[in-house]
Amino acid sequence: MSQDRKTSGKSGPLLEVKDLHMHFPVREGVFRRARHWCRAVDGVSLTVGRGETIGLVGESGCGKSTLGRCIVRLLKPTSGKITFEGTDLTHLRQRELRPHRRHVQMVFQDPVDSLNSRHTVGQTLAEPFQIHRIGDARWRRTRVKELLEKVGLPGSAAERYPFEFSGGQRQRIGIARAIALEPSLIICDEPVSALDVSIQSQVLNLLLDLQRDMNLSYLFIAHNLAVVKHVSDRIAIMYLGRIVEHASSETIHRNPRHPYTRALLSAILEPDPTLNRQRIVLQGDVPSPISPPSGCPFHTRCPHVTDRCRTEVPLLREAAPGHQVSCHYDL
Amino acid sequence: MSTPVLSIRDLAVGFDTDGGLLRAVDGVSFDVPRGTTLGIVGESGCGKSVTAFSIMRLLPQPSGRILGGRIEFHDNGRSEDLATVDPEEMHRIRGNRIGMVFQEPLSALNPVQTIGRQLSEVLLLHRTNDKRQALAMAVEILGKVGIPSPEIRVAEYPHQLSGGMRQRVVIAMALACKPALMIADEPTTALDVTIQAQILELMQELQRELGMSIILITHDLGVIAEMCDEVVVMYAGRVAESGPVARIFSHPSHPYTRGLLSSIPRLTTPGKARLNVIEGMVPTLAELPAGCRFQNRCPFRVDACSNQPPIETIQDKHEVACHRWRELPPFA
Repeated sequence: MSQDRKTSGKSGPLLEVKDLHMHFPVREGVFRRARHWCRAVDGVSLTVGRGETIGLVGESGCGKSTLGRCIVRLLKPTSGKITFEGTDLTHLRQRELRPHRRHVQMVFQDPVDSLNSRHTVGQTLAEPFQIHRIGDARWRRTRVKELLEKVGLPGSAAERYPFEFSGGQRQRIGIARAIALEPSLIICDEPVSALDVSIQSQVLNLLLDLQRDMNLSYLFIAHNLAVVKHVSDRIAIMYLGRIVEHASSETIHRNPRHPYTRALLSAILEPDPTLNRQRIVLQGDVPSPISPPSGCPFHTRCPHVTDRCRTEVPLLREAAPGHQVSCHYDL
Repeated sequence: MSTPVLSIRDLAVGFDTDGGLLRAVDGVSFDVPRGTTLGIVGESGCGKSVTAFSIMRLLPQPSGRILGGRIEFHDNGRSEDLATVDPEEMHRIRGNRIGMVFQEPLSALNPVQTIGRQLSEVLLLHRTNDKRQALAMAVEILGKVGIPSPEIRVAEYPHQLSGGMRQRVVIAMALACKPALMIADEPTTALDVTIQAQILELMQELQRELGMSIILITHDLGVIAEMCDEVVVMYAGRVAESGPVARIFSHPSHPYTRGLLSSIPRLTTPGKARLNVIEGMVPTLAELPAGCRFQNRCPFRVDACSNQPPIETIQDKHEVACHRWRELPPFA
């Protein structure tokens, strides 16, 4: 059955996000009126193809996690359109969403908070099958064992509780839950940033192996550009709710055009003391998405700022084939 | 050569638990040369933070205690063993001659006191009895760590500042008394990358200006490469390898150091290729293997590894604790 789904409608992209906005009300006063709006995601468009990994990079508060949560429809976006395998998910009600839910899954950053501490690992992993009424108890038990082995854990882990596992093992359990229903897209929200260095590479390898075996697509959300570059085909850089640059990961690395991307790249500390690169140290902090700056959202920290940047919002334009950048200038 | 500002010899630190005494740090020795930055790198539970808290004598009470070894602090021609010094003397040194920067600035600051009051507290304890003067000094220090309009900021509370600004305040508190040594425990881990760059640059500037020594504790080998002169690699409570940074990164001689260096994704590694991994995970303190503690994850394990390897000098200051360092293939 899953085979039919994966071969049908192969022409278009798997996921298409168009001009997505997610604005949260900031309520104040006795009547809790919305006095301000926090523009967490402010007009984002992107596509994810089958078997492809799109990296989404940005600093805290740039809206990358909110975007991920909109796509799995944990949040209902303010406006815009989310099309998954040709179906418009934007306005579906919870009940109507259910058949789609099994195709889009999520892996969270904190493997401690995202697992129910009162359920055994087996119960947690069997839950997707119960919700979608797949198989009987015996079939589910076998399937749970298969899933655990697939993510590199012993089948006996099913009888144990989350606290009995290390961070890396818990993240493997989170990944097992995400792949249980054989989804075609997994949103990975900072999946390795809470893990130790030697465990990070194990989990990244697991994600790459699963992608190859199951033809998965990933939206890989992280702040570490080196990690994202390693797993992604294309990378979108976000700043204050918008995509400021979008290109293949090689292009982002070799030929970054947006000053923010350049600063992010130069802030990566490579484990090599012989490298003596000129660092671009940005001044100041990220402005608040409640009152974003006029014009280009990056102009308050940009080393190349001009008067035009303070007033005119740059559009995301095609600077080269497959390379979009939102800056007035070719730097 | 001048005496190092800090010499640690055979430090052992343990915690009393329901399951008996756990040795979190076991036989750790290193020197911090004057005016330089020493990095301590390792994963969670390797004992790097416990080492730092032992130097400050801030181990959680009553469970944590120093079991043995010496922590010699050489300052202004005096030498003291911080492992045994009495609490009153430690009170004089802590915050005054040794400052500390913690990972999470929000929990290191008191949420119900203004920045100015917290900074003045350090100064009133060690430097002056005049509250007005202390506040004026606080303003000056805040300016020095790059906080804009410090005379307004002193009256603000921690929640009114961004993460990067809070960390600047914590650094200001650590440096308020111009210490001989600053211990920074994961000072940038909770910060965004562009803010991390700002804070690291600030620490380098202040070190140049004040001539202090720094112990920088981190899990990030990139931060070590950027900031440190020498590095100590810790694993499961012991030193695996130590030496000058350039030497350790070009000639890592412990299988653990090699594993760490080759498992990090870099910008130059080909995309979507499998990364090298260190198999398995760090053993818990309750189930440490006898002998070399890395043996159950080590690709070079031999029978001799069930005996604890001695610390051997390879050259200069480069030391390693591995039976097989001579036989390892060249590091690519």
